[in-house]
Amino acid sequence: MSDTTPSDQPEGMSPDPSGEEPILYADTVDEYLPRDVVTAAGDESDQRERFRQSPGLDTELVDMTRTASLWGDAWRQLRRRPVFIISAVMILILVIISLVPGLFATHDPRDCNLIDSLLLPSSEHWFGTDLQGCDYYSRTLYGTRVSISIGIIVVFFITIIAVTGGSIAGYYGGVTDSIIGRITDIWFVIPTILGGIVILSVTRSRNIGTVSLVLIVLGWATLLRLVRSSVLAAKANDYVDAARVMGASNARIIIRHILPNAIAPVIIVSAIYIGVVIAAEAALSFLGVGLQLPAISWGLMIATAQQRIITAPYLLIFPGAFLSVTVFSFILMGDALRDALDPKLR
Amino acid sequence: MAKNNDTNTRSDMVGDTPIDPGAPFLEVENLHVEFHIEDGTVKAVNGLSYKLAKHETLAILGESGSGKSVSAQAVMGILDTPPGYVTQGSVKFRGVELLAPNSKTGALDHAVPEVRGTRIAMVFQDALTALNPVFTVGWQLGEMFRVHKGASRKEAKEKAIEMMERVNIPSARERVNSYPHEFSGGMRQRVMIAMALSMDPDVIIADEPTTALDVTVQSQIMELLSDLQKETGMGLILITHDLAVVAEVADRVVVMYAGRRMETGGIDDIFHHPSHPYTLGLMDSIARPDVHLDRLTPIPGSPPDLLAIPSGCPFHPRCTYATDRCPAEAPKLEQIAGQHSSACFYWKDVQIDI
Amino acid sequence: MVLGCSLALPLVADEEGTDLGRYLIRRVLQFIPVFFGATFLIFALVFLMPGDPIRALSGDKPLAPEVVVALQERYHLDEPFYKQYAIYITNVFQGDFGSDFRGYPVRDLMLDRLPVTIRLALLAFLFEVVIGLTAGVVAGVRKGKFFDSLVLVSTLVVIAIPIFVLGFIGQIVFGVKLGWFPISGYREGWYSLMLPALVLASLSLAYVARLSRTSLVENLRADYVRTARAKGLSTSRVIGIHTLRNSLIPVVTYLAVDLGALMGGAIITETIFNLPGLGRAVFDAARAQEGAVVIGIATFLVIVYMIANLLVDVLYGVLDPRIRYE
Repeated sequence: MSDTTPSDQPEGMSPDPSGEEPILYADTVDEYLPRDVVTAAGDESDQRERFRQSPGLDTELVDMTRTASLWGDAWRQLRRRPVFIISAVMILILVIISLVPGLFATHDPRDCNLIDSLLLPSSEHWFGTDLQGCDYYSRTLYGTRVSISIGIIVVFFITIIAVTGGSIAGYYGGVTDSIIGRITDIWFVIPTILGGIVILSVTRSRNIGTVSLVLIVLGWATLLRLVRSSVLAAKANDYVDAARVMGASNARIIIRHILPNAIAPVIIVSAIYIGVVIAAEAALSFLGVGLQLPAISWGLMIATAQQRIITAPYLLIFPGAFLSVTVFSFILMGDALRDALDPKLR
Repeated sequence: MAKNNDTNTRSDMVGDTPIDPGAPFLEVENLHVEFHIEDGTVKAVNGLSYKLAKHETLAILGESGSGKSVSAQAVMGILDTPPGYVTQGSVKFRGVELLAPNSKTGALDHAVPEVRGTRIAMVFQDALTALNPVFTVGWQLGEMFRVHKGASRKEAKEKAIEMMERVNIPSARERVNSYPHEFSGGMRQRVMIAMALSMDPDVIIADEPTTALDVTVQSQIMELLSDLQKETGMGLILITHDLAVVAEVADRVVVMYAGRRMETGGIDDIFHHPSHPYTLGLMDSIARPDVHLDRLTPIPGSPPDLLAIPSGCPFHPRCTYATDRCPAEAPKLEQIAGQHSSACFYWKDVQIDI
Repeated sequence: MVLGCSLALPLVADEEGTDLGRYLIRRVLQFIPVFFGATFLIFALVFLMPGDPIRALSGDKPLAPEVVVALQERYHLDEPFYKQYAIYITNVFQGDFGSDFRGYPVRDLMLDRLPVTIRLALLAFLFEVVIGLTAGVVAGVRKGKFFDSLVLVSTLVVIAIPIFVLGFIGQIVFGVKLGWFPISGYREGWYSLMLPALVLASLSLAYVARLSRTSLVENLRADYVRTARAKGLSTSRVIGIHTLRNSLIPVVTYLAVDLGALMGGAIITETIFNLPGLGRAVFDAARAQEGAVVIGIATFLVIVYMIANLLVDVLYGVLDPRIRYE
């Protein structure tokens, strides 16, 4: 790693042992050392301390460059990891399928012919046909659309709720925090599937909208609590006090200083959560309280496949595999993100 | 109290080997420790040697990254292996060699676990993290007696209270059931010292025992250590970067840099006749009540990257006395007078400058 | 709660206990608003839905006018909402969880189904704790070696595959192909519950294994481990006593949350394996659009979950002394 502090660096210094590593911490005021085992704390940290406390230095600038470097690092780290690349590719493929399933499907999933009922996989019907005689391959592909849409919609809204609520709770503390805390406690007590059954068993219509709404209503608590603890941790940093002393408004502090630093675990969990939501929707549809026919959902397909496990296992295997792979890719993505973002946060 | 493991308490044996009554309490010779990490090999300790006698306090002085803590861990046998390995050297406790070659790794293993904690004990820097947060102080202190001496719970607890009183912790009987986080920093450090002292060791290694403490508490702790040492006659190795602490208690000093000895000598030699540019730099960079200085001069540059230590004398890039000879040849320890030695070709020039 | 207090009393009595006692009281006090809040929420979710509460109770069945009147009376549908809830919750305290459309009390239905669900959940919990913890701890101790990678990969796979797919796989592999377990249905005793319990436990088992592994690995790097080794303690003691207790703390927290997941997940498992448990009862009621039954059982399950959480909070307080100050 090329060295950073300018004129102090003596001649004949050690050659760069890992040549291809770019200069990571050149201009940034970073708190942590690249190699704590090796590098001495001594002079370097003293210089950093002085830099941070220089009068007249805009702490915002300091803060921004710091977080900018964090994200820059993270991206560089991510790009290299095979886990990230694999999951990113898988998700990309799935998203494309969900957007334009027609591109990949061999038949119209609704073009069903009873004569062709329950055919085994063949060159004509790659995944065989179901009870109604619909091409299973195309149906499975179209199921992607429902799952991915619900996954993304639900997590999107949950993130908004969680970030807003969590920031307020974490930042303002006090009574607001207690109230929000009690409310999340109450929500925590209700398991998702149970709650889903309770609500959906009395709703009249069950479409992507209702199911998404139900999952949003039931699922914001975990993420909110996570945001809250991240915000609490970020709030403890000195630059928050510095910003406040300089007269920044609360909203400004939250948005420009705290959130960028608190957001990383939220991103990680959100990615994983998309997978969780997709699995939850499939479970609810499987139980019959989620989407109904003629909607195409993997959960529904698996439910109808139940009775024919022995005679026609493929009815279960294909949507099951797609569902598993989809959930898996999001969880994998979350794992990859955590590896890249987490150690930096410590 | 039932004595469980006789070999630990009989002071003339270490395991199966008899001690050598004439040998120094601790003798470290040419110790080399390496860490094999992803980015290369870190040479943390490169040829450290010292002797510790009864009643003696040896200070190992150096900045962060000088290898002082690692050398202590190697002596204790608590080095993280992997990635750390003792590649060379010998550690003798009262004449008994503690290291033995490991044919599988090619390195040296600490082969005498009986001495750990019982004959050689260690005190760590930050007692808050060094003590287990979920067990009471009495439990952790008593553990020494339960494990090493087969004491019962009750006996161990009594002994724990006794130890706490010995290190001057007030209200020991009431506080023996408290948790580490319920104590102040100074009290916690006393607990650590009590733990180290509990088995009546011959040697205590204190790794930065006061760095995490306030200045006033620092001197209390150092006084405690000093008093205990006079009482028991044990040898004390003090690892620190704080010159003030060294000045207060040390008899002899080893100055380390990049895992190597730069200078060794008695306390008077080091403080009043520093004979190495590094030592001189250290002296110049602190405020001293006994010497009038116009300004404090820090040593220019920063400590070396231990993955790639400068050739020859490791200090040469920051040294004002350096010549062409220095990067080419690593200076050996040259005796100046008595026990005072310096690893610098130009020690005479350094002495003139004082 | 009485049980909790009597358990706490001997702890409170000794010196170490006063902090613990105060912590317990705090926890119990926090429990109360959550209790009412959660039961109210369930109640509200059903009855506050836009639309006809009658429909909520009986679905799309065509009803004779006398039946409608009877329902209105029984559920006090003409009263303001909060009064409905008050009546409802008072009934719950007296053990009355409502009745189904034909007047059959939900409580009887629950008592009938409870044994199966309890056994299933207990068995699953056992699997999860024993297999998950052991696998996680061993993986952590042998970090980087084969067993560790094996655990990491297999848990990831198990987490990704949704529970009902796993259930089916289990049925096909262990029921059909290997014939070790019955594919579905309940027979007296524990054996027929083993496969369902394993499936039910699978997700949590994977989490517990990963969590305990990570926790152990982290604790093995802690400073106090170095101190313990410097004290001359054996490796088994250092790992088994010093690190284990610290490592268990986050695992226990997870296990607390997990009891709820077991309850919720039991619905799916009982459905797949056709077991006559509470979960299945909820599912059947939901399908038959019996709103009152759904609320009744859901309320009961949630209460059980809350009490379980409270008990685990207590355990947490015992394990980690630092928590008693929160």
